[in-house]
Amino acid sequence: MPTKPAGTLYRGREGMWSWVGHRITGVVIFFFLLVHVLDTSLVRVSPEAYTAVIGAYKNPLMALGETGLVAAIVFHAFNGLRIIAVDFWKKGAKYQRQMLWTVLILWVVVMVGFSIRHLSLALGGH
Amino acid sequence: MSATEIQSPRSAAKIGSNRIAPQYRRHGGSKGNFEMLAWLFMRLSGVVLVVLIFGHLAVNLLVGEGIHAIDFGFVAGKWADPFWQIWDLAMLWLAMLHGTNGVRTIINDYAEKDATRLWLKIVLYAATTAIIILGTMVIFTFDPCPVVNGVQLPGGFCPAP
Repeated sequence: MPTKPAGTLYRGREGMWSWVGHRITGVVIFFFLLVHVLDTSLVRVSPEAYTAVIGAYKNPLMALGETGLVAAIVFHAFNGLRIIAVDFWKKGAKYQRQMLWTVLILWVVVMVGFSIRHLSLALGGH
Repeated sequence: MSATEIQSPRSAAKIGSNRIAPQYRRHGGSKGNFEMLAWLFMRLSGVVLVVLIFGHLAVNLLVGEGIHAIDFGFVAGKWADPFWQIWDLAMLWLAMLHGTNGVRTIINDYAEKDATRLWLKIVLYAATTAIIILGTMVIFTFDPCPVVNGVQLPGGFCPAP
């Protein structure tokens, strides 16, 4: 008597969670992009307007927000390259789990480097 | 619990292959290969965006003083150079179209009523069109050397007054 289709569903595990992560980071990046085009457009209004709004971004809370945004972008970028490999590389589907762990390790390495540099610049006295 | 109704995909799939027996073809027939082109665009634009956005972040946040250096003069200095105008223009268009297609897919996945999907997509496409037009006009109509109160703003890239 069959119980559950063990090992045949992709749901759960690396495949699904990378898909969930890709969706969530994608939506976050998209909404930031809308705001980012609007704030940059202030250069067309006046130098004072742009510099004032950008100045409001330069505080510790925003520095953490920027780090979170870059974390989302870097994950989306690396996992996107993994998706391309799954679709176009002959052995991509077979090694998708190993590629996800590679993505996560690279993501941690890049984010440690970025965080040290960005937070020391943004939080450092100036 | 009521029986699960299995619906056909909401994105129009191309049914052009002769390997599919007629009784298994979905109604409507061929609607072109828009979905395949959208799938391909996501991958091609994705690769280019990795380069454009990583370069954007490195130059704006990691080099020199990082975020402290960003003000009007910083943006003006970049857009005085056609290289960065083209870079940012490509980033704007590719990222907006990539993101819009991603959100379109998510709307198709989660909004079950026809009217809800229609309205969400109308809002999405309106926002996308407005942002792309605005960003493009800002990049090309921007004056990096404005004269404020009769005074030329200083900048090494500006002609001497």
